[in-house]
Amino acid sequence: MEWNEIIARLFKNKLSLIGLIIIAFFLLVAILAPVIAPPADADEVYQIPRAGWTMEPQPPREGYPFGTSQGSYDIFYGMIWGTRTAFRIGFIVVGISSFIGISVGTISAYYGGLIDEIFMRITDVFMSIPFLVAAMVMTTILGKGLNNVMIALVVFGWMGTARLMRSQVLEIKNEEFVQASVALGANDGRIIFKHILANCIFPVLIQAFMRMGSMVITAAALSFLGVGAPEGYADWGQMISFARDWILGGGDSALKYWYTVIIPGSAIMLFSLSWNLLGDAFRDILDPKLQDNS
Amino acid sequence: MNFLSKEPLVQVKGLKTHFFTEEGVVKAVDGVDFEINPGETLGVVGESGCGKSVTSLSIMGLVESPPGKIVEGEINFQGTDLTKLSQKEMRKIRGNDISMIFQEPMTSLNPVYTIGNQISEAIMLHKKVNKEEAKRQSIEMLEKVGIPLPEQRVNEYPHQLSGGMRQRVMIAMSLSCDPQLLIADEPTTALDVTIQAQILELMNDLKESYGMAIMMITHDLGVIAEVSDRVAVMYAGKVVEYTDVETLFKDPEHPYTWGLMNSIPKLDQTVERLEAIPGSVPSPLNFPSGCKYNNRCPLATDKCREIEPELETISEGHQVRCWHYKELERLKNERAETAKIK
Repeated sequence: MEWNEIIARLFKNKLSLIGLIIIAFFLLVAILAPVIAPPADADEVYQIPRAGWTMEPQPPREGYPFGTSQGSYDIFYGMIWGTRTAFRIGFIVVGISSFIGISVGTISAYYGGLIDEIFMRITDVFMSIPFLVAAMVMTTILGKGLNNVMIALVVFGWMGTARLMRSQVLEIKNEEFVQASVALGANDGRIIFKHILANCIFPVLIQAFMRMGSMVITAAALSFLGVGAPEGYADWGQMISFARDWILGGGDSALKYWYTVIIPGSAIMLFSLSWNLLGDAFRDILDPKLQDNS
Repeated sequence: MNFLSKEPLVQVKGLKTHFFTEEGVVKAVDGVDFEINPGETLGVVGESGCGKSVTSLSIMGLVESPPGKIVEGEINFQGTDLTKLSQKEMRKIRGNDISMIFQEPMTSLNPVYTIGNQISEAIMLHKKVNKEEAKRQSIEMLEKVGIPLPEQRVNEYPHQLSGGMRQRVMIAMSLSCDPQLLIADEPTTALDVTIQAQILELMNDLKESYGMAIMMITHDLGVIAEVSDRVAVMYAGKVVEYTDVETLFKDPEHPYTWGLMNSIPKLDQTVERLEAIPGSVPSPLNFPSGCKYNNRCPLATDKCREIEPELETISEGHQVRCWHYKELERLKNERAETAKIK
């Protein structure tokens, strides 16, 4: 299938169109962040400005359209610049971990034998450790900070891709066209890059789309648990962790501090939802068995 | 010129390719000898599992290793023993000097690239040409294999072509570097009969214009009759009869070949029931001792069950692996008698 056809179908599918629109919206926000929420200090743009020193969150008001969170951090500023953080986490973590997964899976399946055995047992070892716990421990060891969160997510996030890739390559490498190419004198590199990767990259691509959302959620979870970004760093997980003590509301109303949790919560939900929609749509488009027409 | 000399192009001597599996050693090819002269078509015929495909893969150096291994024998191609070459050296020969086409045209082309891209790849692997030149040559090749509107077809994907067309593309790909030898592993099995005839005719034409040799692997005696000059009949990893095509059909001397001939319908005879060879090919894990055909052979004696016969030259260019080929005459006569009575 050619790319223009894939893109045309993406626009035709209503769900994927919604996903695309949401992602486009977030992308726009991320790009225009300096315009939408001009930073007070150009050197530390990711540092959320504080409205004062009150611990209690304050509702939306003039100058603070989303209100202020615990410690008087500006929610609006945090959300806008947090979009950049979300994209950064998503792209870097998914990009690097997919790269590792694809390499491990391809080499493992293509060469087989002892190499396969060694690589897959290493994969099993990494998989046997619960993801969130492993990421938490690793971030704790490396120290607070977004880069360390990303390192931890990459280190424990490539195994799914490796296994998926391995099964795909195992299937494709026995296809006759691969043998035909060998019979024409092609070397391993050409066969892997030209014939095998091109035929099995789509399922991995779909999985990568799905993981864009879940990686951002995991990063947020780490922030929420207090091992993520340093305090005051513009990150959606951080915004939710600010809301931790106020989720139950206070005094007479359970919804008294709704803005502290609903705004960042919705952003994270919409972000990962949109990637999932896109991933789903991709799968529908690329899997001929699920196609109803044509 | 190479094909004018008397030297055979390929000479396979005592080739043994065994597979070392957990259940035991599978002797897929167990002592095969034959030669192919330049410009000649050798037909290799036999039932499934008789080792004909493994023989061709051994020549190409494509035997999966492990578990497969060429344990003995030589494959001399233009003076070099292919079994001694490294993978890197083999890659230079594959597609350039020796090419191969496969059984299943539906799956032997990569679905994600245009056919032009794939033919160009084959050309650029062995010739130092740029992309435009490779594409021009691809179009030329497509024209030679009889694909209409090659300029347009070159940009199409495999799914846009029919099975016969795809096999033509495969042929174009394998011939793009002027190979000396083309190995065709059941190239027409997956095609319907009219297309089969077209493809075989195309291969015959191209063989003449390119002066190359063809090794045609098939289980279809009709295909053998159509294209071969000489024929090697294989059974259980060995050549059992080796002769020119006319002798093979007129005067088969091995009981297995004779059995095969009786199992196909003939235009000039009406028979109620075609004869089948009783039993099936023995498992390569436990071949019978002695002659491997002894459990299905009408002429089998104790000698056959104990000692394996050698390939014996019974007349100029006709070799048979059988102790009792002379007695086959008797069976042939008996059969002719009964046919007459009916």
